[in-house]
Amino acid sequence: MRIVKEFGKGFTTHLAPFRLVLGLCPVLAVTTTVANGIGMGLAATFVLICSNVMVSLLRRLIPGKVRIACFIVLIASFVVIVELVMKAFFFGLSQSLGIFIPLIVVNCVILGRAEAFAARNPVHLAAADGLGIGLGFTLSLALIGAIREVLGQGTFLGHGVFGPGFEPFAFLAQAPGAFVALGVLLFVMNAYDRFRSRMRA
Amino acid sequence: MDLILLAINAILVKNILLMQYLGNCPFLGTSKRMETALGMGMAVIFTLTLATTITWVVHRAVLVPFKLQYMQTIAFILVIAALVQFVEIFMKKTLPALYLSLGIFLPLITTNCAVFGAALLSVKNDYDFVHMVVFAPASATGFALALVLFAGLRERFRVAHIPGALQDTAIGLITAGLMSLAFLGFKGMT
Repeated sequence: MRIVKEFGKGFTTHLAPFRLVLGLCPVLAVTTTVANGIGMGLAATFVLICSNVMVSLLRRLIPGKVRIACFIVLIASFVVIVELVMKAFFFGLSQSLGIFIPLIVVNCVILGRAEAFAARNPVHLAAADGLGIGLGFTLSLALIGAIREVLGQGTFLGHGVFGPGFEPFAFLAQAPGAFVALGVLLFVMNAYDRFRSRMRA
Repeated sequence: MDLILLAINAILVKNILLMQYLGNCPFLGTSKRMETALGMGMAVIFTLTLATTITWVVHRAVLVPFKLQYMQTIAFILVIAALVQFVEIFMKKTLPALYLSLGIFLPLITTNCAVFGAALLSVKNDYDFVHMVVFAPASATGFALALVLFAGLRERFRVAHIPGALQDTAIGLITAGLMSLAFLGFKGMT
């Protein structure tokens, strides 16, 4: 089934921050806690599905030369929807994500999928692609958020994990820790891939 | 004095790349060679300053009087996209030498979150015109500085023995983390 394949690749070969190395700014910035990571991931997923569906529907109408501008306007409209909904119903989350909500517009994953996939494929495949990539992105954000929150603050989703004697690694909660955590995760993934391909050979 | 502090703050203490996490895709993408890093840095200084100034004016002159602040995202991204396109055409006609050296980086800048982020930050921090005019080039200089320093480090990777799995992006991110740690030291300055 093609639709299952397009959905599944978001978790394997096209896992957004690790395999595609795109959309790094939110990955680094909002992953100080698990909750922020998941919130950001779901917001991006919503925008990604909507923009993929719209781009795919309009793909025969949009002239090639101005397609990037058209895609950006479409994406920006959905980002405004997310922004307003978040401010109305999840005010705390929208405060802690700050300018990274409007910055979803320039997230290269979304524009990248519009250009590379949605502009050449029918609607149902584009929607499956958006959902898969978006959920993969959310999972990755939650994973990095979990590592940084558990080790950097000693909590998970706000609940203490280690008891009172634990001294958190403040380094991981700050900017440098974000880069190093992502770099180390990427290293672990590459090492696992190499190990597996060697086993197969 | 206030303005000098603001500039130092934007370049070093709150470096847009290493402290605010904006513009990381071009940071990793264009830092493999020194020349491309310099070209990208210059292109960003130029467009970021222009884009922040224009979006600030649009915000004050159009969005606030008509109570359209909720349209900020769309308005800003349209202004930036149009501006980048315009700068590209203008440069091609009048400054062909500069266009040839920056040309390929200009379209990429539309989706550079540093440009959009600086525009949003200068509105969010409620800067007046003078502060904004200092803040925008200073942020962009911070971006270019970090990019060029990082490219210098990255050129050394070619002669270093890096374990296979760490190559390219992974070691790049860890190096960026160490640079960011060094920039964290500037926090004591304010």
